[in-house]
Amino acid sequence: MKRNYIQKIINQDEPNMKIITILLLIVSTLSILFSIGIGPVSVHPLTVIEILFSKLPFLTNENNWTQVEFNIVWGLRLPRVLLGMIVGASLAITGVVMQALVRNHLADPFILGVSSGASATATLGMLFGAFSIFGTYSLSISAFIGAAVTIILVYTLSRVNGRINVTHLLLSGVAIALMMDALTRTITLSAPNALGLHNATFWMSGSLAGAKWGYLTLPLIVAVICMIVLMSQYRALNALLFGDETAGTLGFNVGRLHKLLILVASLLAGVTIAVSGSIGFIGLMVPHITRLLVGSDHKRVLPVSALLGGIFVVWTDVAARMVIAPEELPIGILTALIGGPFFIWLLKTKK
Amino acid sequence: MVIKNKEVGEKLKLLVENLNFSLNEKQIIEDMNLYVSKGEFVGIIGPNGSGKSTLLKNLYRGLKPDSGVVFLDGENVYKMNPKAVAKKIGVVGQENVIPFDFKVEEIVAMGRSPYKGFFDGDSKKDKEIVANAIEQIGMSVMEKRNYINLSGGEKQRVLLGRVLAQQTDLLLLDEPTNHLDIQHQLQIFDLIKGLGVTVLSAIHDLNLAALYCDRLYVVKDGRILMAGTPEEVLTSQSIYEIYGVRSDVAIHPTTKKVTITYLPVSLLEGDN
Repeated sequence: MKRNYIQKIINQDEPNMKIITILLLIVSTLSILFSIGIGPVSVHPLTVIEILFSKLPFLTNENNWTQVEFNIVWGLRLPRVLLGMIVGASLAITGVVMQALVRNHLADPFILGVSSGASATATLGMLFGAFSIFGTYSLSISAFIGAAVTIILVYTLSRVNGRINVTHLLLSGVAIALMMDALTRTITLSAPNALGLHNATFWMSGSLAGAKWGYLTLPLIVAVICMIVLMSQYRALNALLFGDETAGTLGFNVGRLHKLLILVASLLAGVTIAVSGSIGFIGLMVPHITRLLVGSDHKRVLPVSALLGGIFVVWTDVAARMVIAPEELPIGILTALIGGPFFIWLLKTKK
Repeated sequence: MVIKNKEVGEKLKLLVENLNFSLNEKQIIEDMNLYVSKGEFVGIIGPNGSGKSTLLKNLYRGLKPDSGVVFLDGENVYKMNPKAVAKKIGVVGQENVIPFDFKVEEIVAMGRSPYKGFFDGDSKKDKEIVANAIEQIGMSVMEKRNYINLSGGEKQRVLLGRVLAQQTDLLLLDEPTNHLDIQHQLQIFDLIKGLGVTVLSAIHDLNLAALYCDRLYVVKDGRILMAGTPEEVLTSQSIYEIYGVRSDVAIHPTTKKVTITYLPVSLLEGDN
């Protein structure tokens, strides 16, 4: 009975988008509330809710919590969890975009070296102030530049006679990732300050530990804008899966579309990596699971991937701070541990 | 040359003038001229690598010619915006592999793309058109099936369904029955012929071309070698010129169409 009901909701024939979206929104909210409480110092979920409500105007009641709890919930965990949602959603969407761009389910910002490219320029900007003219956003902009350069390089290198060649795609991704990582190491070793090594390690392994409220604004704005742009192009993304020529015959300006997708993917990857370092394989795993749930239509894949990506990163981050507590494991290491086998499985099962 | 005679212009669906295309400094299409009148079923035949696909790609803007003009209903195709072209030309090309699976109805519904703006969902009218297209290709019972699990013939029918949903009155087809068995070859061509729209199609099989086409263009080494009705073009002499193959050409008593029997060298030598 119950099973039938579940099958009805997650039905490949007619995925009920309303129910799936509402369910995912509820799960996202619950994930945020519960994950805030979990950590080296645990806070009861009810206390978390009380602290959050106390921030609402006109709802001042007596405080049942300690100042430490307040600081942990409001100052540390909430921005971190929210950042996890945004980062997860952005990385999942970046994966969807790159997969449509290169017409391959193995595309992911981490696998194709985009994360490495963004880290390299981000480190360059951070240690040598190479992009300091951009002020507060110099880190995000430098990461965006690195991401864009890498995507354009990989995309150009993997096109053989106007088609994306999968072997070229993966190998050029690996080669560029290695080059960019080498660049990052060179930059850190020649860094003028001692912080360099520590920070570069952060970029390479990925972590949400340093989250602050101030980190949220730009990634959130970028994610929302990119999502709106992509949703407006969902038919074009679908058509693109049939190939450039077919998309052209369906009335889409393929050249302009490719440029738009490169821009969107670079923006999402760059801004995300600037705040969280490179967290790999989210863009690979989440869209794949999404397609198993709701099919390949981008109208459904985009929103569901975003929500699933957010939920996935929030809980992986919980694991990252619990596994060897009170020490922290960078979340990127955990996602690589899960994502690596997933990638190999995909490689082996799909042609 | 511009279309001087307005009357002729009105009957023409497609007019190609002095088309040239080269890739990596190799001339693939050389000074081609051709036309397709409204309602005509025109075939392009010729050996492998002669430039049939490249010609079609130049017509539907998959490739950009070095020079030459393509008029669609008297309008220069290269000056039209992509959506306007997509409302007039439906294309079934050789691309039919997709990285992710879609349902039959989802693929057919993609044919509505040129009529849709940003954020537009599928209207009731779109759904009707899609359902009709699916019925025309005889796949109503399979509309929820996944494309990747379909047979070659079924896939080709789905792609045709997508073009039907696009509601264009000109179809450009690149060997639409390639790799299909005889039953499905005839099924697809019967379906296309039954639509009553203007068709320009590259066709590999000369007997099929003779059965369905009003006129044929013969393409060899990037040039148009001959043009005319199947009776005019398909003679044993011209077939030898085009393919270097001996053949026996006759009018079939039942179909009243040209029918070609190839005469392999091994058999001819046996006779002597």
